[in-house]
Amino acid sequence: MKGFGTKFLVTTAAFCFLVAPNVWAKDIKIGAVLAVTGPASFLGGPEARTLEMLVEDLNAKGGINGDKIQMIIKDTTGSPEKAVSFAKQLIEEDNVVAIIGPSTSGETMSLKKIAEDAKTPLISCAAAEVIVNPVASYVFKVPQNDSFAAQKIFQEMKNLGIARIAVLSSNTGFGQAGKEQLTKIAPDFGIQIVESEVYDKQITDLSAVIAKIKANKEVQAVVNWSIEPAQAIVAKNMRQAGWDVPLFQSHGFANIKYVEAGGVASEGIIFPAGRLLIANLLPDSHPQKAVLVKYVSDYETKYKENASTFGGHGYDALMLLDAAIKAGGADREKIRTALEKIKDFPGTDGVFTFSATDHNGLGIDAFEMMTVKDGKFVPYKK
Amino acid sequence: MTAELFIQYLFAGITYGSMYAIVAIGFNIIYNTTGIINFAQGEFVMLGGMISITLLRFMPLPLAIVLAVGITMAVGALIEIVFIRWLKEPSVLRMVIITIGISILIREAALHIWGESVRSLPYFVGNEITTTGILGARISPQVIWVIGVCTMMVLLLSLFFGTTSVGREMRACAANRTAAILCGINTRNMVTLSFVLSAGIGALAGCVMSPITSTQYDNGTGLAIKGFTVAILGGLGNSGGAVAAGLLLGIIEAFSVSVVPLAFQEAIAIAILLLILFVRPNGLFGSKDLAGLKEF
Repeated sequence: MKGFGTKFLVTTAAFCFLVAPNVWAKDIKIGAVLAVTGPASFLGGPEARTLEMLVEDLNAKGGINGDKIQMIIKDTTGSPEKAVSFAKQLIEEDNVVAIIGPSTSGETMSLKKIAEDAKTPLISCAAAEVIVNPVASYVFKVPQNDSFAAQKIFQEMKNLGIARIAVLSSNTGFGQAGKEQLTKIAPDFGIQIVESEVYDKQITDLSAVIAKIKANKEVQAVVNWSIEPAQAIVAKNMRQAGWDVPLFQSHGFANIKYVEAGGVASEGIIFPAGRLLIANLLPDSHPQKAVLVKYVSDYETKYKENASTFGGHGYDALMLLDAAIKAGGADREKIRTALEKIKDFPGTDGVFTFSATDHNGLGIDAFEMMTVKDGKFVPYKK
Repeated sequence: MTAELFIQYLFAGITYGSMYAIVAIGFNIIYNTTGIINFAQGEFVMLGGMISITLLRFMPLPLAIVLAVGITMAVGALIEIVFIRWLKEPSVLRMVIITIGISILIREAALHIWGESVRSLPYFVGNEITTTGILGARISPQVIWVIGVCTMMVLLLSLFFGTTSVGREMRACAANRTAAILCGINTRNMVTLSFVLSAGIGALAGCVMSPITSTQYDNGTGLAIKGFTVAILGGLGNSGGAVAAGLLLGIIEAFSVSVVPLAFQEAIAIAILLLILFVRPNGLFGSKDLAGLKEF
């Protein structure tokens, strides 16, 4: 009987030691609402995979301030309705300290008010400027502003002596916001939009509309603004129609999959994008070089697929949260305040400096003009 | 509108139209032998494209396409044997739910097998930027392939139904199932055959379309809706009508771009469809008497 008592005590004590760390250390719960599947999966897929990889990595190194991260990823399939219900679930039931995502601008806009009301920091992986302008105190975003992309494109057109253009955009939040920016900024650069068409995000062929804008002899260049496979379709249909005016695309084109989908038709497409695509071509002195090279090689080794700037958005969102939690602690309000104080933080999208009025933290220099040569992204030079 | 632009729109329209027509014919074949609408028809198209893309890694293009069509036909047969065959006197509603369920099942399976990425077959002739001049317009040679293959399929199908004994037996099932049974026709096998046939033509269409439209796991749904629209417009069960209605819808869509912004393309097509159905409830080419004999 005595033997049993000792054994019992020892076992109980050992059990307590085993269980103890899990009881005392509190997990930091972070939510993510991303379009892992569906038409915007080009964005959400790499974002989700990046988050999984990073969380594994951070937790292996002991988490943040000694607390493990628990990442809850929800697949919105790109639908704003699902994004809303998942965000509410994460905020109210899972009690997360912050939310990463959504992947698309339309979804983010439908979450803006929810994040504000629940006083939960939201770091969006979508690009539209309206997300942070007007600024909402709990809503941040990591991708570069559309207006920077539009300005970059127009600068390049001016250099090429292009004055009359056609604009194509998809009927998504990203497409609409881009079209608005283009229309607004064009006069500043002396550029006139003579044709403008909006297509459905699931469109599979654009040959009819290409025929229509091609018939307008004034058009000197085409700008396409979308994140869908339509980007490759536009390129193919233009070249098949025997039309060889320059084709500009938005930063949404920054995924090698679109180049593959467009094949030879992708050659010569000009677009602005973050430096991730040309990480290895950057000079060693560039502040982003180390971050970019490490992220790209980690991602590509783990998932055996090309890293994209979209996955980079996920990286930046989590690393910024990591920095904010380190600085202020795992609390919604403290994270928000700490995020606004982040300065000169090198991420994959650029070097972030947030403030109370700037919740994007990037400047126009976060973009570089690129083109496609022999099926690869290279810096664009005239 | 210049002649060149007219031809350009016309070809775009015929391309869309032939795809819609093929999907609609798939609907019709099954409808004729079973009286049900197979809502998984669009998924056959997707499967054809996806399987051929995968097979292309191991074999030349023509072989990959033939094999992909074969595999999709087997899937069609399997679906019929597993889900439909053992049902005794199923109600229309039950069949609708079953086929919608099958379509979701195939779509999710495709998502797990091939992932969410967009793939496509290479162009049969030339590449993404090859163009052919026709009457002053410039189109991709693949467009000619799509139109050609779809025309061939329609011709072969009408030959099959018109001249072969199996084709005639299938038509007998369509005309009167009880009478067909009394004549010694195995109607159950005919139903299986109809699934095999429509899976096959769907898959072949999926292969020739893939270079133009690309293939993604959820391609099928949109196509099924368009194909269903066309099948109704042409008169359910009437394959000639489906071809005419498909081309009509495709051409209307293409030309609508010249008048209204592209964003209204779908709305225009559907509005015209509604209008036609108000005037002719049995479709453009369907007859009222025939429709009266069908279950729905």
